[in-house]
Amino acid sequence: MQFKEISIWFFIGVMLTVYGTMIVVYGLSELVTGQTANVVLANLHAPIWWGGFMLAVGLFYLLRFRPSRNID
Amino acid sequence: MNLLGASALPSCLALGVPSLAHLSLLDMAIIAIYFVMVIWIGFYLKSKANTSEEFFMAGREMTAWIAGLSFVSANLGSLELMGWAGSAYQYGILAAHWYWVGAIPAMLFLGMVMMPFYYVCKTHSVPGYLKLRYGEGARTVSAFSFAFMTVLMSGVNMFAMAEVMKVVLGWDMNFSIIVSSLAVAAYVALGGLRSAIFNEVLQFVLIWGGALLVPILGLVEAGGWNGFKAKLAHNIAASITPGGDYTHMWRSMGHFADNPMGIHWTGIVFGLGFAISFGYWTTDFLVVQRVLAAKNLRSARMAPVIGSFFKMAVPFIVILPGLLGLVVLQNADGSLMHLVGENIVKASPGANLHSYNEVLPLMMVRYLGPGLLGLGITALIAGFMSGMAGNVSAFSAIWTYDIYQPLINKKATDKHYVAVGRWATILGVIISIFAAYLVMHAAGIMDYVQALFSFFISPLLGVVLMGMFWKRATKAGGFWGLLIGTLTSVSLWAWVHFYPAALHYVALSPDAKPMAEDMYRALWSVCTSILVTFIVSLFTEPKTMAELNGVVYGATKLPVEEPVPFYKNEWYWTALAIVVFLALNIYFF
Repeated sequence: MQFKEISIWFFIGVMLTVYGTMIVVYGLSELVTGQTANVVLANLHAPIWWGGFMLAVGLFYLLRFRPSRNID
Repeated sequence: MNLLGASALPSCLALGVPSLAHLSLLDMAIIAIYFVMVIWIGFYLKSKANTSEEFFMAGREMTAWIAGLSFVSANLGSLELMGWAGSAYQYGILAAHWYWVGAIPAMLFLGMVMMPFYYVCKTHSVPGYLKLRYGEGARTVSAFSFAFMTVLMSGVNMFAMAEVMKVVLGWDMNFSIIVSSLAVAAYVALGGLRSAIFNEVLQFVLIWGGALLVPILGLVEAGGWNGFKAKLAHNIAASITPGGDYTHMWRSMGHFADNPMGIHWTGIVFGLGFAISFGYWTTDFLVVQRVLAAKNLRSARMAPVIGSFFKMAVPFIVILPGLLGLVVLQNADGSLMHLVGENIVKASPGANLHSYNEVLPLMMVRYLGPGLLGLGITALIAGFMSGMAGNVSAFSAIWTYDIYQPLINKKATDKHYVAVGRWATILGVIISIFAAYLVMHAAGIMDYVQALFSFFISPLLGVVLMGMFWKRATKAGGFWGLLIGTLTSVSLWAWVHFYPAALHYVALSPDAKPMAEDMYRALWSVCTSILVTFIVSLFTEPKTMAELNGVVYGATKLPVEEPVPFYKNEWYWTALAIVVFLALNIYFF
């Protein structure tokens, strides 16, 4: 019994999930506290929807390409 | 791409001005996680890089998607992203020629026409193909020149990254060079080409994830594409922005004097679209190596086609932010910001001016808050590292297969060659560091490095094309074609360098500007190498048909591919890529 090679898409899933989570959490904290970053169009709350998009794509890849056991 | 971004590259060297951005802890964490990821991938793949085929060719197991994304990513350095965004601010959408006519036809030609020969002959490298077609002499010349240039280019990348990090973040240059080179050395030496390719795909996703938000928010602020054009027209009418056609690609190409780049359409089509672009995308081993790692011929042909779609989309994250910068970037007092040339920034150190090449970081700072800014900066770092890793992994393969094995140790074990490859990777990084410090202490060298690179690529194209598509081309023809083509390129460059008025003759017009010189010099160089190969071959002994099997059109029986549904067929996607390419050029004509 051996493990199949981890797909590159799984690594990408890990990266996007971690980054997406960090950015969404920051965006939500901005929304809750009302203290937004000093950037143009801060009212659009880009960290929430962009981070959320990354998180969704990351979770898809994470689950779709998760390592699984393979019996030779 | 290093070569096609040649003219934008030197001006990317910014001065030591106060840093543009200040990173939060969240941003720093995002950057740190990126480094952990690339090293993790390197360690994970170490166990899958035990044989030479695994270490240098990634086991020839890559899918079309992975090979295709890696093919584009190896070329998508941040130096180019920032340089071409700056060019878009300065010259308008003309800069997109380097992504469309300057890349797409060549990528499709590689996939559909040339790849079968590269793939069927099972060569490990482009110099390896020259050996099969023309013999040891052509291979040795090509291998040494390529190995030399790759490590120099890697050093240039390293230095440029350190410069950008200093300007954007205020980081110490030594810190940037050491950290990035250690990371690249670790993951390439551990996992070989497979690790480089995996990281390039990761970096590709990161570049899009970090940079795509900038044009989206820029378009929102400008009121969409039409809003941008209206604002730009207003600024030009009010003389706030220099006059010119910033949104059309071909209308001002009728004469050298009609456009700010000083280029004629013949230079764009034949010089950039053929000589430079085909030379880079079809014979530069840095990019061809990625496609050779594909798992079968169909994947190898599909990889450049898939890459072509992403290449066509790159202007959205490079050219568009540069254009939007023309109307949205503002000074602290609310007035429109005017970016200037590097020489003006240098001449006015206290004036708080920014150069054209800072347009992308300025746009990032404008829209991206904590977290997103870290992502954008990580995208820039990822771009630099993919450029470095691409050069170093190509150097390692060329050194081991085309220099060490044939010239130093012909009969070693496979394990020995893998060890040589790992050490060559580390050696390549060390030489790159030396090159980076060399450039740091004599920045003018960067111009010569770019020119040196172009000396070899265009003549190589002529010789490879003749070898691949003309059975009569001989060993002597290839050797002399390569040599005289290179000498032609060097001579034309030296002529213009020491006697600038010669630009009139090289680029066919007194109104031509230096960018046009690169295009016409490459064109004359290809023509010369083809002509010399043709003439010398007519007077020398050709190879037999048996010797040409697998390397020449007409003497090679290509494998019959299994029929597949249309949506998996490479010809279908090639046709679609051509349609999109034409539509983009017509829309922005």
